[in-house]
Amino acid sequence: MTTSIEVSDLFVSYFGKPAVSGVRFSIRSGELVGIIGPNGAGKSTVLKAILHLIPFDKGEVKIFGKKVKHMRKKMAYVPQRSEIDWDFPIHVLDTVLIGTYPELGLFRRPGKKEKDWAMECLKQVGMEKFYKHQIGELSGGQQQRVFIARALAQRAEIFLLDEPFVGIDMTSEEMIIQLLKRLRDEGKTIVVVHHDLSKANDYFDELILLNKELIHMGSTETVLQPSIMLKAYERELTFLKEIGVEA
Amino acid sequence: MEFLDALLEYNFLQKALLTSIMVGIICGIVGSFIILRGMSLMGDAISHAVLPGVAISYMLGINFFFGAIFTGLLTAIGIGFISQNSRIKHDTSIGIMFTAAFALGIILITLLKSSTDLYHILFGNVLAVRTTDMWITLIVGVIVIGAIYFLYKELLLTSFDPTIAMAYGLPKNLIHYILMTLLTMATVASLQTVGIVLVVAMLITPAATAYLITDRLSTMITLSAIIGACSSIIGLYFSFIYNLASGAAIVVVATAIFLLAFFLSPKHGLLWRSFRSKANSISIKKEM
Repeated sequence: MTTSIEVSDLFVSYFGKPAVSGVRFSIRSGELVGIIGPNGAGKSTVLKAILHLIPFDKGEVKIFGKKVKHMRKKMAYVPQRSEIDWDFPIHVLDTVLIGTYPELGLFRRPGKKEKDWAMECLKQVGMEKFYKHQIGELSGGQQQRVFIARALAQRAEIFLLDEPFVGIDMTSEEMIIQLLKRLRDEGKTIVVVHHDLSKANDYFDELILLNKELIHMGSTETVLQPSIMLKAYERELTFLKEIGVEA
Repeated sequence: MEFLDALLEYNFLQKALLTSIMVGIICGIVGSFIILRGMSLMGDAISHAVLPGVAISYMLGINFFFGAIFTGLLTAIGIGFISQNSRIKHDTSIGIMFTAAFALGIILITLLKSSTDLYHILFGNVLAVRTTDMWITLIVGVIVIGAIYFLYKELLLTSFDPTIAMAYGLPKNLIHYILMTLLTMATVASLQTVGIVLVVAMLITPAATAYLITDRLSTMITLSAIIGACSSIIGLYFSFIYNLASGAAIVVVATAIFLLAFFLSPKHGLLWRSFRSKANSISIKKEM
């Protein structure tokens, strides 16, 4: 299996405060990887740094051995839902069509071929009936499925998702995780920022445990060990002990 | 009928009508993106910032179009520079820069020319549109429509989802400044029709009206252009019949159309919204 994402010696800071320090890891294609860690551990920051959406102080990201700027078409990103203007005058189908923009390049408009493909992507998330709805009319789970369809429409090799399961219904969550597993089986690379530890075991093959630094990376079983988890969640645990919870 | 007869008879009125219609269309199109990006204040700022450019153009004896574009863009860049390189917030930076440019413009114009010219630039004098001005407006219209047609995808994405636009590697700043250039051009084209002070209304009122009527960007842009053009025609009519300032008449008409949409729009109008929420609460009560 080929290495699809390689992050080396990554340092990111916000206004002089370090957010991520010296993180390094590599991910192979055909893997479904979760990034976990406590609040403020820099999970989303690492994802944004992989996409070069934020400047970083030091470090390097390689996608299939190449620089990110040459590989953007291959990388599909699903940002947190809170970053979207839900009143924007745009339909579901037009939202999914955005996924075809990188392939179209400058000036060219999506035609029938792209529209058919976008409908096909909507079918894969069970949202084809809603193609004419304005995106604000949908429920949280439906909205997330539309954004997954947009990522599918991009025909990417790498899928980066930031907290995709926050504020959505169980049906949508189940559908999305099945779809991600299917993409993994097709040899795609899937990276998901995730904070619900209870599901981590069922969802991911590998886990990256972060707390500003890389605490551990490995198969889900090796990461979900008390001794390792304790290193990342120490502060939370100290607090629990202080208020009298027995570990 | 009086208006129609006059229109057939007087060349200046034909020019005035054609120019105002073009201005309605141009501002309607550019304004759609301005309101979706939350840049209404920026629209107001740039329109005021063209004033020193107009004055400098008089000084150099060139068409006011070039000077206006220059100071308009310079102000846009200045606004961005101050808010990015200090703790000053964006809206404050806009306030500082455009009032500065405007004040400078007033001083330059009073030094150069009589105060009647200043009055015309500030409030418009559509009946004095010269043939060259009409052509400039037409050319600006072609450039604006062309640019928006070719960059439609990019403008849609950077307005709707800037994060994804960055992830796709789109040059966000370049697109911002292209839009600022179009905004400046739209403002300059509107100088004689509605004047500097009221340009912002032509940019945002028709666009906001369209935004209340449709849920699709392409339809919104078309509607906004149509509403802008209609406001111009009706406004010019009233201006001619009752001898009113043309800019003010056009803006009042645009506002009246906005109010109609605000109350009566089937999708987002106040009336239907309150009907729907009433129907909703009745059906919930029935279920209980």
